[in-house]
Amino acid sequence: MEETLRFTLNGKKTEVMIDPTQNLLWVLRNHFGLTGTKFGCGMGFCGACTILIDDEPVRSCMLPAGDIAGKKVVTIEGLEKNGKLHPLQKAFIDHDALQCGFCTPGMIMTATGLLLKNPSPTRQEIIDGLEDNLCRCGAHVRILDAVETAAKTMKGGK
Amino acid sequence: MKKTELKPKEIQVSETGTGMKRRNFVKLLGGGIFIFFQPLSAIDLMAVPLQERRSLTKDYNAFLQIAADGTVKCFTGKIEMGQGVITSLAQMMADELNVPFEKVKMVMGDTDLCPYDAGTWGSQTTQTFGPAMRAAAAEARAVLVDLGSARLGVPASQLEVRDGVVVDTKNPRNRVTYGQLAKGQKLEKYLDVKPPAEEYTKFTYVGKSYNRVDSYEKVTGKAKYTGDLKLPGMVFARILRPPSHGAKLSSVDVSPAEKIEGVKVVRDGDFIAVISENRDKVDEAIVKIKAEYTFNELKVNDKTIFDWMLSADSAVNVVRTAGDIEAGYKSSDKIFETEFNDVYLAHAPIETHTALAQLVGDKMTVWASTQSPFGLQDNIIRELGYPREKVRVITPFVGGGFGGKAAYQQGVEAARLAKLTGKPVMLIWTRDEEFFYDTFHSAGVVKINSGIDKSGRITFWDYHVWYAGTRGADTIYDVPNAKTTSYSRGKNAPPVHPFNTGPWRAPNNNTNTFARESQIDIMASKAGIDPLEFRLKNLKDEKMIDCLKAVADKFGYVPAKTPGGRGIGIACGHDAGTWVAEIAEVKVDKETGKVKVVRIACAQDMGLCVNPEGSLIQMEGCITMGLGYTFTEEIFFEGGNILTRGLDTYEIPRFSWLPKIDCVILDRKDKPPRGGGEPAIIAVGAVVANAIHDATGARLFRVPMTPARVLNAIKKV
Repeated sequence: MEETLRFTLNGKKTEVMIDPTQNLLWVLRNHFGLTGTKFGCGMGFCGACTILIDDEPVRSCMLPAGDIAGKKVVTIEGLEKNGKLHPLQKAFIDHDALQCGFCTPGMIMTATGLLLKNPSPTRQEIIDGLEDNLCRCGAHVRILDAVETAAKTMKGGK
Repeated sequence: MKKTELKPKEIQVSETGTGMKRRNFVKLLGGGIFIFFQPLSAIDLMAVPLQERRSLTKDYNAFLQIAADGTVKCFTGKIEMGQGVITSLAQMMADELNVPFEKVKMVMGDTDLCPYDAGTWGSQTTQTFGPAMRAAAAEARAVLVDLGSARLGVPASQLEVRDGVVVDTKNPRNRVTYGQLAKGQKLEKYLDVKPPAEEYTKFTYVGKSYNRVDSYEKVTGKAKYTGDLKLPGMVFARILRPPSHGAKLSSVDVSPAEKIEGVKVVRDGDFIAVISENRDKVDEAIVKIKAEYTFNELKVNDKTIFDWMLSADSAVNVVRTAGDIEAGYKSSDKIFETEFNDVYLAHAPIETHTALAQLVGDKMTVWASTQSPFGLQDNIIRELGYPREKVRVITPFVGGGFGGKAAYQQGVEAARLAKLTGKPVMLIWTRDEEFFYDTFHSAGVVKINSGIDKSGRITFWDYHVWYAGTRGADTIYDVPNAKTTSYSRGKNAPPVHPFNTGPWRAPNNNTNTFARESQIDIMASKAGIDPLEFRLKNLKDEKMIDCLKAVADKFGYVPAKTPGGRGIGIACGHDAGTWVAEIAEVKVDKETGKVKVVRIACAQDMGLCVNPEGSLIQMEGCITMGLGYTFTEEIFFEGGNILTRGLDTYEIPRFSWLPKIDCVILDRKDKPPRGGGEPAIIAVGAVVANAIHDATGARLFRVPMTPARVLNAIKKV
């Protein structure tokens, strides 16, 4: 049964008629065209579908759309503000912290959530925070470097 | 200023059956200057059916276009899947044409726009495609200079090219841009010259590090992979899958699926699928179909596979023989007879096999995540009966391949569904399907019988490899009496693998290097010689020696006999024309059997390195990915039933596994470039096994080296 679902999507108040039991990942991708959020396994094991809900990184493939009612949702498309990249996005570019790029949005969203909670993480805390996000190309070292750089930049208020 | 000899050849090119007519490319792309060239390598040709090879060798399989806006495009059937050639090829082209890097674009993997290419694999893009493309770019430059000479009214020798502008050196205001020269032109040149092997030294862009050109799109979520595309009226599909390889559908009831609103069942014989505009609905519907199967599976599982291979009816192929094994045996002081085992591995790219197919009129267009767009096109033609010009395959960004996307079953399935339904069909394999239909890295058995004399020189080397192929099976050491024998499926023999196998990153060179370098370590240890010294003593190959010395230097290696309790191991080998050596340090928890790689150093001779940073990324990626086959990755199966079907049970490397990685690329600017996407992965298993032995005295004879297997090996010490 369709219902009106109200939430904030990438900073914009959003209202949509939708069956709230539908899978959130596919609603974001198909209904809103936000295809930066990827399907990797559909079981919460890879992290490619990670988004922020009220600043908390979550796996959108594991949630019904109804769960975001009244909440603040941010996807990878919502990080760039007025043409300015988020420091994490910039750091991923500068460090070449990606290869095929398929895990990248999920990595960046997980790291965004991590830095919101802990603006000065140690290397070990970054490792722990990203542990359950999978990358097959092996960009791991550079991803850690990029998150460290972004944390420094953000603390500098840039 | 370089001047390549001009050999334009205005020939009438005929249809070869493998692509469009060149005139069509030119027509499709509008005006400009076109340089056609032939980058096909021997390896590419191997993948082409014999009857087509002859024509292909005379064919032009890629081209450059200089457009009226001054952009330079290279059209190639190669694809980008993360390995970075979209950047490194552009660097090479920018250098030869003297154009700003930003003006150069790669157009890849579209069968309508790009000429035939068998596929992107084998670390071949830079080493075989690169030089041919450079020659074409040099040709294009010469053509532009000639045109510039006519336009500016001065001899070509008086001209210079700077950043895409042809300039009169005596009067710098007398100048014309590439764009201005290309405007209104429809000039086609066919390049027959072989690329020059020299001239690898004077570069502006090549040899410098460039960030990936696709990063912005990938960090913002704007990069479009196949699954991100959407067409009006598009439906999602799920296909009914058998429970195991070798199962055949005996009865089926699709009615429960048909009852779900918004779902349609599509059937063509045993090919049954559900479609819906709603992605959730196809998931819901597919499990409602009641199907029964008969089973005709091979009676083998992950435990019996090695004996199964050894007792199979195999074709025996002596790959290499030198000297006299028997004589070598007799002159030995110590003899070593060892068996090594390797298992089936999944590719496990984060993007599952995905395809979108659309039939408009009588033309089928398929967007697919594939390493072989032309291979997919061939298969659609064969299976669905379309003529070649009515099938177009387009390759958007590919979310990882590693050899697994050299297979393209999903593209044929999507096309079939689009043909059956008349709708655009999106097929995104589930993770379960990705594991089930993966073309796995083959399991294999290696038996080595070898010996050394009293001085620690290898006296003989008798190497036998079952079902793992011969890539990396050569004896890299200087052994007077050596023989390599490969066992593969006999001509009329039944299948050995219960499912499909195919190339994996550095196909089975991992298996062979693991076996060879473990055996070398076993011998060094028993000879009481430091393993680096033992290798240097038995090597004549200067590239290998240089890599070993470079990695020892990078690591700060101090020689010692093994096992010495330090946990340091060495391994080396070569792949795709590139030489690689690694040293690792591990910590072994003797209570749990858990191994942590603390650091790993790697030295590589890859000839001219086009993009040093891009190459380092590939080396790091190889080492990181290599930790997976080393420690955890293994496909469990019973008959044709794949038991390992998820990223929970098939564990790939994670952040916490990371060692400190130090890579060094040997400076070989004067040598042709070689492959970089695979070599560093080949030695990871062996370097870790040898380090575990040094730490504990325990020898591991198979990968993955799970805690249980490490503990078991420690108990035997």
